[in-house]
Amino acid sequence: MSTTRRGLSERLVEEIEGLLPRYPTRRAALLPALHLVQEELGRVPHEAVVGLAELLGLKPAEVEDTLTFYGFFRQDEPLGRVRVWVCRSLSCSCRGGEELLEYLGQKLGIRPGQTTPDGRVTLEVAECLGACDYAPAMLADGTLHKNLTKGKIDAFVESIRQDASSGGLPGA
Amino acid sequence: MSDYQPVLLANIHREDSHKLAVYEAAGGYRALRKTLREKSPQEVVGIVRASGLRGRGGAAFPTGLKWSFLPEGHPGPIYFCVNADESEPGTFCNRVQMEHDPHQVLEGTILSCYATRASTAYIYLRYEYPLAYRRLQDAIAECYEAGYLGKNILGSDFSLDIHIHRGAGAYICGEETGLIESIEGKRAWPRIKPPFPAVEGLFRKPTVVNNVETLTCVVHILDRGVEWFQSLGVPPDPDNPRDAGSYGPKLYGLSGHVNRPGVYELPLGVRCGELIEEYGGGVWKGRRAKAVVPGGVSTGLMSQSELDTPLDFAGPVSVGCLGLGTAGVVVLDETYPIIDFLYNSCRFFAHESCGQCTPCREGTRWALRILERIKGGRGRLGDLDLLAEIGEGIGIIPGTTICGLADGAAWPIKTALRKFRDELEDYIRRTNPTGYMATGPAEAVDVAEVA
Ligand SMILES: Cc1cc2nc3c(=O)[nH]c(=O)nc-3n(C[C@H](O)[C@H](O)[C@H](O)COP(=O)(O)O)c2cc1C
Ligand code: SF4
Ligand code: FES
Repeated sequence: MSTTRRGLSERLVEEIEGLLPRYPTRRAALLPALHLVQEELGRVPHEAVVGLAELLGLKPAEVEDTLTFYGFFRQDEPLGRVRVWVCRSLSCSCRGGEELLEYLGQKLGIRPGQTTPDGRVTLEVAECLGACDYAPAMLADGTLHKNLTKGKIDAFVESIRQDASSGGLPGA
Repeated sequence: MSDYQPVLLANIHREDSHKLAVYEAAGGYRALRKTLREKSPQEVVGIVRASGLRGRGGAAFPTGLKWSFLPEGHPGPIYFCVNADESEPGTFCNRVQMEHDPHQVLEGTILSCYATRASTAYIYLRYEYPLAYRRLQDAIAECYEAGYLGKNILGSDFSLDIHIHRGAGAYICGEETGLIESIEGKRAWPRIKPPFPAVEGLFRKPTVVNNVETLTCVVHILDRGVEWFQSLGVPPDPDNPRDAGSYGPKLYGLSGHVNRPGVYELPLGVRCGELIEEYGGGVWKGRRAKAVVPGGVSTGLMSQSELDTPLDFAGPVSVGCLGLGTAGVVVLDETYPIIDFLYNSCRFFAHESCGQCTPCREGTRWALRILERIKGGRGRLGDLDLLAEIGEGIGIIPGTTICGLADGAAWPIKTALRKFRDELEDYIRRTNPTGYMATGPAEAVDVAEVA
């Protein structure tokens, strides 16, 4: 990846600048910019914080202040190729969601918040995913997994193994 | 079963319901064309005010009244925010609307911006809705193409841009001033009010924040008229001068231990038991309901004996709940332990408290520690009094916090203790037979799971 000035790639700088006309202040582009950085780098490293600050006319501490407030962003450990969120809120929990979270964690050999050693999967607990009509629910990147069961978890874990061996999901 | 024909959901079962052509074929953007041609912004505010529409996002504030708080003759810009953060546990109707009928949401937004003279709207969309994001993005692009967005919409002198602003996994961004801070690129710390957003909101300019479903109601009020809107729902109680009535259609999101979870559109005021039995297909596994959350976890619990309560804005309040909330109805069956409900909801609010106000930050965590201890078999009967004290002490309603999150944390505690105290006492006696009567300092408990 071509990292350029400001700890951000040229493409990122361009994309972030493309957001600016939407807002009357540069700072308002910070949240979407953080999403773009994390999408590209799997996390928001310190150099990117400095770069974002410079680009948006902020102090690095101001960027950090926002960044650390939102549970979504990672600073140090990069995310796995797939980020999986299992819901533990009421409608899912009362239909077995927390047991399924436990089951998935055991299958992957990690606890929520951790990434498998091969960098394939990051497991997360979610509060209500807004999919209570399909409880228990799980979100894996852009895909909602509905009415989760152990069988569906088995199939999901199998599918990411296969993707990894076919080269679709190279280890980090 | 009532023979009510859905209006808000009329389009969603059509093939490709998310596409502009399908929406237009079903009468979409008719209200916008007519309104831009025939009505001034003030007239639209007047119509919405006369309809009695109340916000569907949880607080049930009258929409037209909120709009009328904008300063008159302001030189602009005025901002509009669509609250699509939908994170209250048990709530998912906005998701269904945005995924399957994004144009209805946009038409409502455009009409509401016309009424409020807003020139830019931001849709604050929670990150966990990837399909809604794609559908809204495509729909916005179709609107620019068709002249429903951009400069001089449909040849009028009204211009509007809509941008989607995605959240990053924090419930508090749904609180309207937290949402505003979040769009500004800051931590989503709710602001002390006043000033209210209508006077000083986003980027310090006059701002209106409305929920997705509220905006879709606006479309049909303008299309079908105030009389139609008021033919549905429940008029104000003549004996209660503070009741603003519960007019119009409502989306109920039914989940938990029911046979047919899903979104059901009915006139406001359907009885809770009827919703569960006749629409949700009854409680699963042939069981009975023990308790029902009427409108998202924040609103607390109704007991089995209260299922006759109408789900309008006044009903849940009459049985000691916070309100109708988001109308996310969660059914809990007779085998489900109330202690698990309490633990689950307290863990949620402890996790989501933004930390600005001490009663909320400390109270939610303290409650969770007590519950952790009870669940670990070391509960005491006196713990229930401690919990009650927390429940009565935090929130806007006792006046100790900046925003309503703490009320949301308090109502599950208050209602569980008032309505299910016997069960909770039994649980403590059963799991801690030798220590349940203890008093004095209790063992400290760590709660690793919150963060
Ligand atoms: C902690 C908290 C979370 C909230 N979350 C949401 C939400 O996700 N969506 C929503 O529309 N309103 C939410 N609200 C209510 C908003 O503050 C605001 O009242 C609402 O968006 C106004 O729109 P309406 O009048 O159309 O309902 C929340 C309020 C609080 C206190
Ligand atoms: S009540 Fe809770 S969530 Fe709301 S501002 Fe205070 S600490 Fe934050
Ligand atoms: S409770 Fe799990 S999606 Fe709502």
